[in-house]
Amino acid sequence: MTAAINARNAVAALVVAGLLLLPLYTSITGNIFALTLFTRIVIFALAAVSLNLIMGYGGMMSFGHAAYLGIGGYAVGMLAAEGIGSGFVQWPVALAASALFALVIGALSLRTRGVYFIMITLAFAQMAYYIASGLARYGGDDGLTIYDRSDFSGLINLSNKVQFYYLCLACLFGGIYLVSRIVNSRFGMVVQGLRSNEQRMQAIGFPATRYRLVCFVIAGTICGLAGALLANNTDFVSPAVMYWTRSGDLMVMVILGGMGSLFGPVIGAIVYLVLEEFLSQFTEYWALILGPLLLLVVLFGRGGIMGLLGRLSRG
Amino acid sequence: MLLIVEQFLNGLQFGLLLFLLAAGLTLVFGIMDFVNLAHGSLYMMGAYFAATFVASTGSFLLGTLLALAATLLLGIVLEFVALRHLYGRDHLDHVLATFGLILFFNDAVRLIWGPAGLALPLPAWLTVPVPILPGIHYPAYRLAIILVALAVAALLYVVVMRTRLGMLIRAGASNREMIGALGINIKLLYTLVFGLGAALAGLAGMMQAPILTVQIGMGENILILAFVIIVIGGIGSIRGAFLAAIFVGMIDTLGRAFLPDLLRKILSSAAASTAAPALSSMLIYLLMAMVLVVRPEGLFPAGRR
Repeated sequence: MTAAINARNAVAALVVAGLLLLPLYTSITGNIFALTLFTRIVIFALAAVSLNLIMGYGGMMSFGHAAYLGIGGYAVGMLAAEGIGSGFVQWPVALAASALFALVIGALSLRTRGVYFIMITLAFAQMAYYIASGLARYGGDDGLTIYDRSDFSGLINLSNKVQFYYLCLACLFGGIYLVSRIVNSRFGMVVQGLRSNEQRMQAIGFPATRYRLVCFVIAGTICGLAGALLANNTDFVSPAVMYWTRSGDLMVMVILGGMGSLFGPVIGAIVYLVLEEFLSQFTEYWALILGPLLLLVVLFGRGGIMGLLGRLSRG
Repeated sequence: MLLIVEQFLNGLQFGLLLFLLAAGLTLVFGIMDFVNLAHGSLYMMGAYFAATFVASTGSFLLGTLLALAATLLLGIVLEFVALRHLYGRDHLDHVLATFGLILFFNDAVRLIWGPAGLALPLPAWLTVPVPILPGIHYPAYRLAIILVALAVAALLYVVVMRTRLGMLIRAGASNREMIGALGINIKLLYTLVFGLGAALAGLAGMMQAPILTVQIGMGENILILAFVIIVIGGIGSIRGAFLAAIFVGMIDTLGRAFLPDLLRKILSSAAASTAAPALSSMLIYLLMAMVLVVRPEGLFPAGRR
């Protein structure tokens, strides 16, 4: 048991160190591309971490998690288009909008279970997608270009690649810390208990839906932050970030890395996006390899990469 | 009047097409308890097969029949090689595995047929307008879709409710261990059902192909619609899928046809023309959300689950 924990911890520590030292590597080699790629990876990792909170710990299989990426992104983009460039306004609005959306769709969706829950969250995300496509003032289908990144009045300059990378990384680590605190708190125990046996938890007297809803809103808010970061990273936001395949990508990252493990989603995001990048350099038809690979992971690698590491060190 | 009748028929036609797709999905879901996101890929493959075979044989009917057989075969192979190992696993595993299959099929199509879309031209005898009411003509092909889909729906009903195979399918849906213990080859049954679902999806794809272009990703939007339908109808229920499909087809088509004019009465014409398509696409999801809030198991829940 201790060996299993050690192997996982070793990988997690390696990943943290690697992510922290990456700008050093790029400044030595001048390989800017790695920094650009990993900024994107870190942002998606944050989104995956938030999805893992509800999916891995809460047992809520949301297939509409990319909606928050779009909502956070559109909050930043729309405010920027209206001339409000301050990040102190944009980001709280992005978080609040995501939280509000999560509250509304969570309150409705959590009435359902299982596949119905997967499908209703998907439906709500598709609704958000079509709303964004209908926003003629903000680019509609074509999306919205953001001409100035969020302005934090000298505190941090988001146009500086290294500073922005560290900001994203800080958000990721903050997100992981928050999730770990939640998971190990009384609240988190209740949510995990609900995943294992809802009837028993209700019999003890816990209001199931209320606990789940709070967890759902927290996850949505964290993902909204990822959305705000993503919009700043690409200087652009479009309905495409909310499309259901994006939600699928996030789910794949979480499952690939290992559901219900703290660092699993981060590793899943790194592996998935690096693999995508790596394969697309060899062949235009990278999905031809990635697709069956996912199938193999499901068929033979239960528990994702983290699960695999656990089994390996157990022998 | 002309417009209303025509749009009504269009809605019916789209709804029936959606039913073909949703029927396969709900069968596979209801019986194998398997979430198949790659169902939309089978729809796409059906369309590509049809475009290829029609072009090479020069005959529309022969080409589509060959394509139907090819999709059936593809479904069976897919089930045999990969998907049968996933039955009984978590739904999330299904989602992940079939999501991988979508990626695979999209790129496989791009590799084989190229990134540009294909066209499936109609033979001359299907392009003539047919008088349906005095003074009202409707395209023969769309009428043919309605008839074929209705025939398939009736056939499906007869097979599931009136034959021994259908009895086994229904028995398998309510208790798979028991039917296995009674000496039925459950694996073969599952393979057959999956192949049937694949053929239905392929049929929907090749019937839609002459109206739209045959292109990569064509199955993705419509797959989500099919999922919406089986969720509204109640997972596993063919009757629910039929009614929900007609309903969704109508709402989608009529919404697209009449919402812009309605909105123009309230909004400026420019705002209406951008808001209307988004709003009519949303209507369906709104409907589904409302249904699930009121009836969390869909309108026609299929037995206990």
